Amino acid sequence: MSTLVVIVCYLCLLLALGFYSSRLFRGTSKDYFVASHSIGPFLLLMSVFGTTMTAFALVGSTGKSFERGIGTYGLMASISGLVHAAVFFIIGIRLWAFGKKYGYVTQIQFFRARFESDGLGYLLFPILVLLVVPYLLIGIIGAGKTIEPVTAGAFPTIFTDPSIPAWLGGVPPWLTGLVVCGVVLAYVFMGGSRGAAYANTFQTIVFMFMGLVAFVFIVKALGGIDNAGNVAARITEDGKIVQDFRFDKKAGALAKNVPPKPIGRLLESDRANELANVQPHFTRTPIDVEFNKKNPKTGKISSFERQLGIPFLTFITYLFIPLSVGMFPHLFQHWLTAKSAKAFRLTVIAHPLCIMVVWVPCVLIGAWASGLLPPGIPPPAVLSAMLKLLVGDPILTGLLTAGVLAAIMSSLDSQFLCMGTIFTNDIVLHRAGKEKYSDKQIIFIARAFIVGIVVLTYVLAMWAKDANVFDLAIWCFSGFAALFPLVVAALYWKRATKEGAYAGIIAAMVVWFYYFRLSGYGGEYVVGPGIVPAAICFVASAVALVAVSLVTKPPSKETIDKFFPDAA
Amino acid sequence: MSTTESSSGKTLVWGLFLLMLVLHQDKWWWDDGTFVFGFLPIGLAFHAAFSLACAALGWVAIKMAWPHDLEAFAETETTAAEKEEGSS
Repeated sequence: MSTLVVIVCYLCLLLALGFYSSRLFRGTSKDYFVASHSIGPFLLLMSVFGTTMTAFALVGSTGKSFERGIGTYGLMASISGLVHAAVFFIIGIRLWAFGKKYGYVTQIQFFRARFESDGLGYLLFPILVLLVVPYLLIGIIGAGKTIEPVTAGAFPTIFTDPSIPAWLGGVPPWLTGLVVCGVVLAYVFMGGSRGAAYANTFQTIVFMFMGLVAFVFIVKALGGIDNAGNVAARITEDGKIVQDFRFDKKAGALAKNVPPKPIGRLLESDRANELANVQPHFTRTPIDVEFNKKNPKTGKISSFERQLGIPFLTFITYLFIPLSVGMFPHLFQHWLTAKSAKAFRLTVIAHPLCIMVVWVPCVLIGAWASGLLPPGIPPPAVLSAMLKLLVGDPILTGLLTAGVLAAIMSSLDSQFLCMGTIFTNDIVLHRAGKEKYSDKQIIFIARAFIVGIVVLTYVLAMWAKDANVFDLAIWCFSGFAALFPLVVAALYWKRATKEGAYAGIIAAMVVWFYYFRLSGYGGEYVVGPGIVPAAICFVASAVALVAVSLVTKPPSKETIDKFFPDAA
Repeated sequence: MSTTESSSGKTLVWGLFLLMLVLHQDKWWWDDGTFVFGFLPIGLAFHAAFSLACAALGWVAIKMAWPHDLEAFAETETTAAEKEEGSS
């Protein structure tokens, strides 16, 4: 119960922050949507980092490392440090210049002007919403999966239908999702983009700090940093996967399993000698294994197959996925409306460092968890299960869980707000004209749309409550990465035409949806020997954009002069 | 900064960026689970160091390839006609 009290206190603190930022709100739609262009370097860094690192970073990375090992870091984190910083530099600063010069606030405004097409905005809008929704979903799913285990036993007579029997009495995912959505909505409503930026900054600091605290306590429980590495699952000479340790809760320390506890076996038994004593979560060459899984409700033992490690081709082609930051609506909006170009400098340098600070501990915890938790546990629940198992103190567990919630909510707020901004500016005001509505009415429209998106997201999250947070996020990133050729062409290729832009967008989405469907709507999926769909979607989009642009009429001289000042 | 300086700075930054992309594919120790500092698997230690190098590259890019011309373009006076879009 103490854990829950701490979490509730944290949520109240956020509401108070929303109330404080509402006192700074100037009451205008411009202030509500873009905080009157007052976001400086530190707020920009925290906002950009906080929104790109959602449940995906804490809950997802730990779960993925539990499934596939330390390759998870190179797969997403280190390559993101390189590609994100490059995109901020090459795309972000150039977009800022056009936003500053011509007053664009949303990416649809920019693309409409660059490609001289109103229709392009109407095509892009539903696509952007469609791609953002999975990203919102993972926040709500991740929150539900985190809270239920750590609050297990709090309300045994009220919540009697837990996800697994051990979590009886824990706050169920539907209630967590409802509360998280309510709190985020409240502070976004009160403070608009300034409220979201303040909350983002606060929450990003909280989750980075709490992540490090969690790491320290987990290391301590595992017998110190030098011993923690020994905990991960190991392969024996006869090809079994074993856990050498268990955590004795009474003693509050690790105890040795004698003999080691078998949890699975190598499927390629001829490799047993070669892999004897290897801890497969610390290497990356793929190894096919079969794990045992106990049905928590019936007690029946079954088996399932899993590939540890990462195919090399998958590792290489994953570099397309971080390109998604170039098309994320909320980042686009940050770039167009930043206070100055210099505001980007801190983000370019510090973003890779922030990624490292958060991801290295999470990936290690996930790999260590392979030696302590049952292999069949849902990957999104790995972090909270480790906290529950290793950090006994309920107040500390509450604080650490608040850190996870902070990471989740710091993503939801900006996305909700950005969707409201795009809908209001690019659909409603674009059609009806700016004079038709008062500032109050404009803010009301944005808020109403945000509520609609929140309701849709919540319903979908309850429907897809067991989806893998990491994989769902990758599908969202893949869609935005597929649209990346559009922004590059818009900024750097004078010959890119309206028809080319349409072709690029349509090709990207057709290929993306084709593979999304094949994945079972959000599962892990690679093409052929391990190519990620994002790479194929990207190439399809780029080829279509270039080919169609070359056979259609070039943009007008006015547009070229406007968007290519260096050539004018 | 002169145009020549800026151009050579950009070439250097692009060169380092491409080098980093190659270094990221560290196939040479994919099967090595040796610990660095007694707890960090070498594959993870390498990529953590890679993140530090990314930050350093960002610093070099800002010092040597900052788009001063673009900044100047954006800061110049804009007519109302040019701002016909956006500005909610």
